[in-house]
Amino acid sequence: MSTNGMTDWAVDLAEVGAVYPFQGSEFLMFILGLAFWIIWHVLQFRGEKHEVDHEMDADSSGDKARDVIGRY
Amino acid sequence: MGNNLDALTTIFTEFYYWVTVVFMFLIHVGFCVYEVAASRRRNHVHTLMKNIMVIPLVTVTFFFFGWWIYFAFPNGPWIYQGMGIDFDAAKGARPWDPAMGTNLSDHINGVFWAAFLLFSWTAASIVSGSVMERIRSGAFWVLAVVIGSFAWIIDASWGWHWDGWMVKMLGYHDAYASGVIHAIAGGFALGVLIVLGPRLGKFRDDGTPRDIPPHNPWLVTLGLFLIYTGFWGFYAACNVPIISPEVLDGQITGVTWTATNIYLAPTTLSAITFNFLMSLSGGLMAAYIVSKGDAFWTFSGGLAGIITASAGNDLYHPIQAMFIAAFGAWAAYKLHYWVERKFKIDDAVGAVAVHGYAGFIGLIICGFMLWGQPSSPYAGYATINPLGMFIGAIIMFGVLGFLPGWIVAKILNGMGMLRIPSKVELEGLDFESSEAYDAAVADVIEAEKALV
Repeated sequence: MSTNGMTDWAVDLAEVGAVYPFQGSEFLMFILGLAFWIIWHVLQFRGEKHEVDHEMDADSSGDKARDVIGRY
Repeated sequence: MGNNLDALTTIFTEFYYWVTVVFMFLIHVGFCVYEVAASRRRNHVHTLMKNIMVIPLVTVTFFFFGWWIYFAFPNGPWIYQGMGIDFDAAKGARPWDPAMGTNLSDHINGVFWAAFLLFSWTAASIVSGSVMERIRSGAFWVLAVVIGSFAWIIDASWGWHWDGWMVKMLGYHDAYASGVIHAIAGGFALGVLIVLGPRLGKFRDDGTPRDIPPHNPWLVTLGLFLIYTGFWGFYAACNVPIISPEVLDGQITGVTWTATNIYLAPTTLSAITFNFLMSLSGGLMAAYIVSKGDAFWTFSGGLAGIITASAGNDLYHPIQAMFIAAFGAWAAYKLHYWVERKFKIDDAVGAVAVHGYAGFIGLIICGFMLWGQPSSPYAGYATINPLGMFIGAIIMFGVLGFLPGWIVAKILNGMGMLRIPSKVELEGLDFESSEAYDAAVADVIEAEKALV
């Protein structure tokens, strides 16, 4: 039993191709990878919106904004 | 050298390792930048010096005895088949051997020694960030020699050597050093931190931690970016660039030459290029989300991701490497803050988490992902398995990492040599040099004004 079908290296490398584990699941990995990427963007947008909303509620007088603008 | 093909292979291999050494220098530039930036302004010159002096101290001690340990200890002492210290194999690594000097019959010893030396510096530099702003420089430099020229090279001899007992008996597989560099250094740092204690002001009276921000957050991330760049050299240096089945003299048949990992089992530079980039990406993406976009933790997470996937990055599929890295980065972040709150451990830069926990987790994951696969191209070695990898992780993080760090720190502390006094910590390590600097500036200004 082996996750890539090989239990030893008694092979001719001219006849060996892929050696990564769980061969046959490449398309599934691709779908999961795509999902990871898309979910990342969803979470990132939510987090950034939360940050921007928080910043909108802060410094209602504008004093701190004027200060940072002055510091350039 | 025999024929022209042998000569070409030898010279190519010599040049290959030389190039990796140059790249790995960037890891240390990065560590200097990152730690100076992470420290408060009143400590930054001492922090820089603490880092730079690792280089000569680990270099000379690695020349004197570190390199010999690698060749002498794969099966010992007294672990596998008798005393297990291979004096014969280590004959070319004694500091007085002709092969350790300019020698026209040898084109490999120097560059191979240098590649391992850069790993030794890395092991010590990993520890340096955690302990900054309160450790005495002299104490740190003793600890640097212990981790850089003793502890890690023993672990390399045992688990990062084609003939190492951990590979033969446990099926230990750690191609890009999740355990042999990162887990051991993280464990060593934890051992030291427990004795050293936190920085003044780190914990409130009620025990809750304060954040001690870096004096230059942008430069911290630039330093980490330089470490990423140097890490490419590390990965390439962990491989043997090209070797024939005939020279390997193992189970592989046929005539196809191949690159190999340190265990002399086949892989390719192309494969580790895929996996380095995908594991960096998985780590960055996961760390960005879990830290809510914190710059320091996002960059650290990229590194933690690579470290988690490193044990099996010679064989993983790139998408597997990405997911493994993402998990490792998430776990490192969570564990850092949990340990900080629960055990009041002040790790100034999160090195125990990014290197120690991520490395440990990476070894465990590797045992499952590569279960049943051969650990070596030689007959009779245990195959890779979860139990062997778990035992290996305990040896790396605990036995060779945490334990020596804690013991040496205890000894130094008992002699009053580990930590600076509170008054000095509050004034800043650079206090005297800052005073001298200010006085020199004032003196020059006055002199120049008088000339106007």
